[in-house]
Amino acid sequence: MSAYDLTETVLFFAVLLAFTKPFGAFMARVYQGERTILSPLIAPCETLVYRLCGVDRNEEMEWKRYAGAMLLFNGVLFAGLFAMLMLQHLLPLNPQKMPPFPWPLALNTAISFVTNTNWQAYAGEQAASYFTQMAGITVHNFVSTATGMAVVVALIRGFARRTTSALGNFWVDLTRGILHILLPLSLVAAIVLVSQGVIQNVAPYRSVPLVQATDNVQEVTIPMGPVASQEAIKELGTNGGGFFNANSAHPYENPTPLSNFVEILLILLIPAGLTHTFGLLVGNPRQGWGILAAMLVLLILSFGILQWAESDGNPLVAGLGVQGANLEGKEVRFGLAGSSLFTVATTGTSCGAVNTMHDSLTPLGGMVPLMLLLSGEVVFGGVGSGLYTMLAFVVIAVFVAGLMIGRTPEYLGKKIEVREMWLSIVTILTAGVVVLIGSGVALLVPSAVASMANPGAHGLSEVLYAFASTANNNGSAFAGLNANTLFYNLLLAVAMLLGRYVPAVAILALAGSLAEKKYVPPSLGTLPTDKAPFVVWLVLVILIVGALTFFPALAMGPIVEQLIMIR
Amino acid sequence: MSKHPPQPLSAFDPRLLRAAFADSLKKLDPRVLWRNPVMFTVEIASAITLATFALSLTGANREPAWFTGSVSLWLWLTVIFSTFAEALAEGRGKARAASLRKTRTEVMAKRLEKPEIGSSYTLVGANQLRKDDHILVEQGELIAGDGDVVAGAALVNEAAVTGESAPVVRESGGDRSAVTGGTTVIANAIVVRITANPGETFLDRMISLIESARRRKTPNEIALEVLLIALTLVFFLVVANMSPLSRYSVAAAGHGTPVSLTILTALFVCLAPTTIAALLPAIGIAGMDRLFQKNVIALSGRAIEAAGDVNVLLLDKTGTITLGNREAVAFVPVGGHTEREVAEAALMASLTDETPEGRSVVVLARQKYGLRLDALPADAETIAFSADTRLSGVNVGGIQYRKGAADSVVAFVKGRHGEAAPRELGIEVDRIARAGATPLVVSRNEEILGVINLKDIIKSGIQERFQQLRSMGIRTVMITGDNPLTAAAIAAEAQVDDFLAQAKPEDKLRLIRDNQQAGYMVAMTGDGTNDAPALAQADVAVAMNTGTQPAREAANIIDLDSNPTKLLDIVEVGKQILMTRGNLTTFSISNDVAKYFAIIPAALVSIYPQLDALNVMGLGSPQSAILSAVIFNAVIIPLLIPLALKGTRYRPMPAEKLLIHNLLIYGVGGIVVPFVGIKAIDLFVGLFA
Repeated sequence: MSAYDLTETVLFFAVLLAFTKPFGAFMARVYQGERTILSPLIAPCETLVYRLCGVDRNEEMEWKRYAGAMLLFNGVLFAGLFAMLMLQHLLPLNPQKMPPFPWPLALNTAISFVTNTNWQAYAGEQAASYFTQMAGITVHNFVSTATGMAVVVALIRGFARRTTSALGNFWVDLTRGILHILLPLSLVAAIVLVSQGVIQNVAPYRSVPLVQATDNVQEVTIPMGPVASQEAIKELGTNGGGFFNANSAHPYENPTPLSNFVEILLILLIPAGLTHTFGLLVGNPRQGWGILAAMLVLLILSFGILQWAESDGNPLVAGLGVQGANLEGKEVRFGLAGSSLFTVATTGTSCGAVNTMHDSLTPLGGMVPLMLLLSGEVVFGGVGSGLYTMLAFVVIAVFVAGLMIGRTPEYLGKKIEVREMWLSIVTILTAGVVVLIGSGVALLVPSAVASMANPGAHGLSEVLYAFASTANNNGSAFAGLNANTLFYNLLLAVAMLLGRYVPAVAILALAGSLAEKKYVPPSLGTLPTDKAPFVVWLVLVILIVGALTFFPALAMGPIVEQLIMIR
Repeated sequence: MSKHPPQPLSAFDPRLLRAAFADSLKKLDPRVLWRNPVMFTVEIASAITLATFALSLTGANREPAWFTGSVSLWLWLTVIFSTFAEALAEGRGKARAASLRKTRTEVMAKRLEKPEIGSSYTLVGANQLRKDDHILVEQGELIAGDGDVVAGAALVNEAAVTGESAPVVRESGGDRSAVTGGTTVIANAIVVRITANPGETFLDRMISLIESARRRKTPNEIALEVLLIALTLVFFLVVANMSPLSRYSVAAAGHGTPVSLTILTALFVCLAPTTIAALLPAIGIAGMDRLFQKNVIALSGRAIEAAGDVNVLLLDKTGTITLGNREAVAFVPVGGHTEREVAEAALMASLTDETPEGRSVVVLARQKYGLRLDALPADAETIAFSADTRLSGVNVGGIQYRKGAADSVVAFVKGRHGEAAPRELGIEVDRIARAGATPLVVSRNEEILGVINLKDIIKSGIQERFQQLRSMGIRTVMITGDNPLTAAAIAAEAQVDDFLAQAKPEDKLRLIRDNQQAGYMVAMTGDGTNDAPALAQADVAVAMNTGTQPAREAANIIDLDSNPTKLLDIVEVGKQILMTRGNLTTFSISNDVAKYFAIIPAALVSIYPQLDALNVMGLGSPQSAILSAVIFNAVIIPLLIPLALKGTRYRPMPAEKLLIHNLLIYGVGGIVVPFVGIKAIDLFVGLFA
């Protein structure tokens, strides 16, 4: 690794970790309804929201009501966005006269954004009006993120509380997440991004004469738009739906190495901070650090493999006399580390923004983001969803490890029994099951096979990636696959729905079940879950479950492609 | 102390092996096997490969018949090995149940009109006895049912139930009144009040328990099964997904053959957690059976597993921490008398005292001073101990020898206008009590001579056992009726963590409730009727078989040897059961890594020759690679049966160390072993192929 790459990487992790503790503590205060530095400004707005919506902030919900409120809210949001996309041509702020979305695409897109996936089977600057981008997509970026945070907060309360069925109030958790955390941070982040050259306007697209005009082409149309305001929450909420089709590789979304650095930081900020929030709320910060350590190990491991695979380059290209790292599909202004870091951050979390063409990575390099998706998005993971999926993994890991030390397993003083096992297993396996079934079906349907740009092993990777990305609510694309077909729009929409709501409801049921348990104080015989052996075991469980589930598919995709390449 | 059952059977006794083999074939019936869902899917897989074998024979399947036939054979063997493991685990229990049933032959009972020995009776069959009937059992007769002795005392041989051939005393009143149906009176006669209707007796419960052990899964077992079923489902999908993926790959590569149904089925069985699923029923049954070999009957598997989680252990002092009886260790003179005088007087006062304490005074006097007096003169009058006077002794030749609690002897002497107690008496009495011993004051007529130091003898090695418990994370609490001073001294010497002195039944109950409220799992051993409420409240309640009927009914574990430190064994077996499950689960799943490296290149090499690079074991041919993985997957089950039956060894150590230790053995071992095993099998298969 070059000195520049190394410096950037080390600096990045140092900054991330420096933010984790204060920010995690801040979020803990927010969700406990305590005063924070922003309270004087925001508390009145919060009160106003409750008054307008008729929410009693002291009312507690048991898990079914919490889940019901979450599903109802998401259902209404879906309907709103679906209608907005279908009626886009009738709505204001449409200087480019964008036509309405066709229904399969509108359905796919609305589900995509309400599930925090942000899979885009359309190109933003060619299909979405400013109104759609601002009132539709950006709003969803906030609320879908806050939904994920509310679910994980309910789960944390399930661990922290004893012999109660009360998990908090969904509406209050949702409102607090948006008003206290997401809005202020997005505001600051948007301003920082604007300072780097990210645009923010509602002007019509501009036509600019080419510096080197040709006979056929004299001018080029440059899309405009309210980019910075969407970009900030796109990264912060691990949403990832780009304003432009090129996403964070586009110079108006991500113009400089510094903006790149900030965007990667934004992607990981809340997922990292939530681990500390978790530790604080369950009354043992070390437990949060243990989970953070497991996530960091996996992220750094992934980064190392990707960076190594890419800097090694492609021997076939080297054979043509072009030596050096594989730079195809990368932005030179970000460099190798800037691209690799972004790639692992965006696929480790369920962000899905891209500043690099994942399709152009070496086969082994491309397998890294693919594996991060297939591992269930727990390497920091989506805002909220990453932590709750990780906690489901912890439950499984604790169960087996607990048996191995001869105790009926317990975690944070809560006994892990049949119900907890069912719910945790459903949480971690839903996405994998959807990927296995979906990719199998897709390869049986001739029209779906025809969507591939690259046949052979690489095409198989593209299909696998599409299902991995949607079922895990990531939303990034390997590209190379034309997903705007009736088949993919519908099948992937189902994948996104199942991948989001089956685990979310299972997690809330888990929270309800845990909250009702009494607390078992730790003793010498209790498995310490905040120390290195357990963290290593957790990492192994995640790797083994992911690898065992997808080894055959990977063998016929990236693995064989890599073997063909190096032969 | 304890002897094992009359004919201890090795788990691998040839007779048991034969019976288990016959049973294992019966268990192949799908209606039985579906209770083990993972193995049920393996049976379906075996049937599928049998079909592909049949198609190979007719030529409809282009795979060679030797290959499909061998795969099918080994898949069937996989299922049979699993049913065999379960049958073998049940074997010893079944043999024991059969021998118990033999003792439950129809006996006649003498039903009494009135519950007294001289009353008239009618002869009735044991099955006609009902609760609260009274029966007379005389020398040489079998006791017809469970009950309490209400009159008389007898020597009873309980070998039929406990395997212990030394007879025990059963007498009315007190804590040794319970008798068990099927045992034999070998001396004297007793009147027994029947406490259980036919079919509900202890023996009936034991037999049904042993026979039905396999039918009830514990919650923990079910939770593990949930995980195993989920993994099986995922691996089914993995294999189902492989078919279209390989079809697509064939089309994309332009050559090769899609993965065949035989190979997909073989891969599925190899990936599914068959090792643990096959041995899971055996582990639990074998655990109960191991306890049974130690003469402990667990009334539910749940109680054993709970024992593995116990945080707090309440132990009765007497008989558990200390030997049942106190022992005289010194004579302390006061008021200018000599030690010999005290010894002589103590000897006299104790000669007719048949209690162990009294006998120990005689022994000490003989050993220390050579005093010997075998019988009292004929005119001697024995004053027996009573709860009112709290002293005992003899009147012989006009001299009154007494011994007893300090205050009662002082009062006795004072009542006879004797001298006031010497000043140092109080000091000595206090000193002895403070050291955890019991002071008995000795008097001769109106003189107080000195004090006998009666010491509680702490069982040898008990400190180490408590240290073991501590390192398991279990806190020990001693329960005693002694005063706090004595209790503290004994607690310190025995090194228990805490004690409850002057404990009344409601104190014990409160102690348990408080601990449970704080989230702890509480175990308790007890035998007396006054222990019953506390036993019923405790999570793990061990009753001594010598205990009273209420105590036995309140408990969920019964110790036939009545040896209270058995709880350590129970905890150990509880932990072993869980550990064996956890370790074999980890082992089973780790094995999949090597199986993938054997099967995936073999299955796909016709499509992508480059994938031969994954054949890190260098296996001979694709077919022998797949067959080797299947054989390994099958053979590992019988190889692990001894481990499943004996349980993984448990050594008390901190949880973290234990985890690392087991991860290294079963996790890392689970990855390495199949690489070696599959390679070895492949070399062997290569000799024939």
